[in-house]
Amino acid sequence: MDVELLIGIFPQVLLDGIILGFMYALIALGYTMVYGVLEFINFAHSEIFIVGAFVGVEVMLGLKSVGLLEGLPWPVVLILVLLAGMAGSGLLAVAVERVAYRPLRNAPRLIPLISAIGIWRNAFNLVYPTLDVLNLRFELTETMDVSVKSLVVIVGALLMLWALHLIVNRTKVGTAIRAVAEDQAAASLMGIDVNRIISLTFLIGGAMGGAAGVLFGVQYGLINPYSGFIPGLKAFTAAVLGGIGNIPGAMVGGLVLGLLEAFAASYLSLLTGGAFGAEYKDILAFSLLILILIFRPKGLLGEVVRERA
Amino acid sequence: MIQVPLSVGVVAVSALAVAMFPRSVLVFLLFQGSLLFVYRARIPERLRWSLLAAALLVLMPVIGYFNSYYLEVATQVGIFVALALGLNIVVGLAGLLDLGYVAFFAVGAYSWAIFGSPHANIILGGGFPLAGWWFYVFLLVGLAVAATTGILLGLPVLRLHGDYLAIVTLGFGEVIRVLANNLDKPINFTNGPKGITPISRPPTPFGLPYGEYFYFLALLIVVAVVIVNRRLEDSHIGRAWEAIREDEVAARAMGVPLVRMKLMAFACGASFAGVMGVLFSAKQVFINPESFTFLESIGVLAMVILGGMGSIPGAVVGATVVTVLNLQVLKGFSLWLNELKNAGVTVLGYSLADLPTQFEPAKYERMVFGVILVLMMIFRPQGIFPARRRQRELGG
Repeated sequence: MDVELLIGIFPQVLLDGIILGFMYALIALGYTMVYGVLEFINFAHSEIFIVGAFVGVEVMLGLKSVGLLEGLPWPVVLILVLLAGMAGSGLLAVAVERVAYRPLRNAPRLIPLISAIGIWRNAFNLVYPTLDVLNLRFELTETMDVSVKSLVVIVGALLMLWALHLIVNRTKVGTAIRAVAEDQAAASLMGIDVNRIISLTFLIGGAMGGAAGVLFGVQYGLINPYSGFIPGLKAFTAAVLGGIGNIPGAMVGGLVLGLLEAFAASYLSLLTGGAFGAEYKDILAFSLLILILIFRPKGLLGEVVRERA
Repeated sequence: MIQVPLSVGVVAVSALAVAMFPRSVLVFLLFQGSLLFVYRARIPERLRWSLLAAALLVLMPVIGYFNSYYLEVATQVGIFVALALGLNIVVGLAGLLDLGYVAFFAVGAYSWAIFGSPHANIILGGGFPLAGWWFYVFLLVGLAVAATTGILLGLPVLRLHGDYLAIVTLGFGEVIRVLANNLDKPINFTNGPKGITPISRPPTPFGLPYGEYFYFLALLIVVAVVIVNRRLEDSHIGRAWEAIREDEVAARAMGVPLVRMKLMAFACGASFAGVMGVLFSAKQVFINPESFTFLESIGVLAMVILGGMGSIPGAVVGATVVTVLNLQVLKGFSLWLNELKNAGVTVLGYSLADLPTQFEPAKYERMVFGVILVLMMIFRPQGIFPARRRQRELGG
């Protein structure tokens, strides 16, 4: 075994892990916020995430067609794209809640869950008629240096997380969200419009997912409609790992999972002499999920999950 | 009693229509509708079952003789009916939402694919493929292997509920697919994404062609599965499952052994999929991991939901409707649309030739599943044919 090689790739792997981790953290926030408010897993979130990336690309192509892509400095373009992606995903999330979840708010638990699965991987068809040949490239960042890209992703993710922290903990709306998560009935007695707050939660969670989608596009350069599936599952794992319903937990869980995966992907095949390749990182992540659910279902930072009949 | 001549008439007319227009999708749908009518009609039981038997055992093969594609459709329907019935036990009766169900189908399919093809030589040295008659043994082996896999999955997830269970079973389905894709090294078990071929087929009795043979075999398995399901539903096991579904704590308080019952639900559901997996691999001659994606699991779930969770006729009808929709209606609609496009037809002044080329109904399979799930949940959560017990609860 080549020890020098193992040490040599360490910084790069660490960086990859951190980037992946922030990405997972941003997506995981969408799952965890909705779970906090409704105690329900929004399966459609992975779809919402990748729609953000597509909206971003479309805006970029739009800018290109009017000649602004080269005209504007790239940070401005990036911010525009990011905002567009966030708006697209946020609105889609609100629409999904309105159509598929709200009518089922009081139904037995299995029923909204199945409805969510129905939306999952199909919401996309509403935006794009077919999926088969859809691979879009993020032209903006194709020529960009790798280190600049990484910096953009990390800074972008940190900004998002910080903004979310401010919204949830420092504003009136954030207080209302936390109140609804705590006790819906009591919150509505205190004059909080619960439906509005739930919509808002979906909007914020969706916007975070959209931002993650755009950053995903920036980092990996190529997106297709199926790219959302596996990151979505992983982000869910991250949310559970950190303690679902718990916002700092989602960030911690995302980072842990991202690092774990990056190291598994690069070291597994080196350490086993190529017998087990990078593909096994998915299996590792799911095994981790099962282990957490068995031994520590409340997650790393989670509160005790109440049993709901 | 007017329904007696009516039922006989409907079957006769639809059979005649199929004989006259063997290529028309609409007529084939009429034939299927007539079966449903007979099933629902108020006629003596004996007449009902003899009509259905005549249609399935005699008419269907005759149709298949003229148009072998319909026989293929019918066989596929049979496979999915068995899958839907298996999932119905897990989701409908025991209330455990399993999103990785197709994994058991894959396990069954691979068990025969590996030993029924020269591929096993790579693992165990010479002597393979096994002779065709081993296929019948492997129907049982596939059942056992899938049931064991079901128990293995069940053990760690016993304590999980609803959403968590759904996501873990989904992860499990993905794990099986990833394994199938990557277990071509260090030891080549599955041949990776390239898949395994050629898989042996059993010798057919009476010189039946393979199309008919697999149709009859699928039908036989479906009948067996339906009988097992019926017996289970009304046994103490079935009642224990339903008790768990309705309220786990209360069920435990009444002395229902939760662990054993849940494992049994997983094992039963999985075993049906395992048997059909073996049949599927022999029918297809070639399998690869692409046949066992997450979309298939969702498709089977959509069938169960559409028909009605916990309802046996519901699962049968749901599987038939969804399969036929996918294989025939959407495809037929695509073809028809293309013909109209090529003919330059205009609708309300809009030339159909201007439709974007990506617009092709056959590609909307996933969307159909999704729309079925959402609409059913919102408007009719009990399904088309609600389970009897559920009907009493919700209707009362």
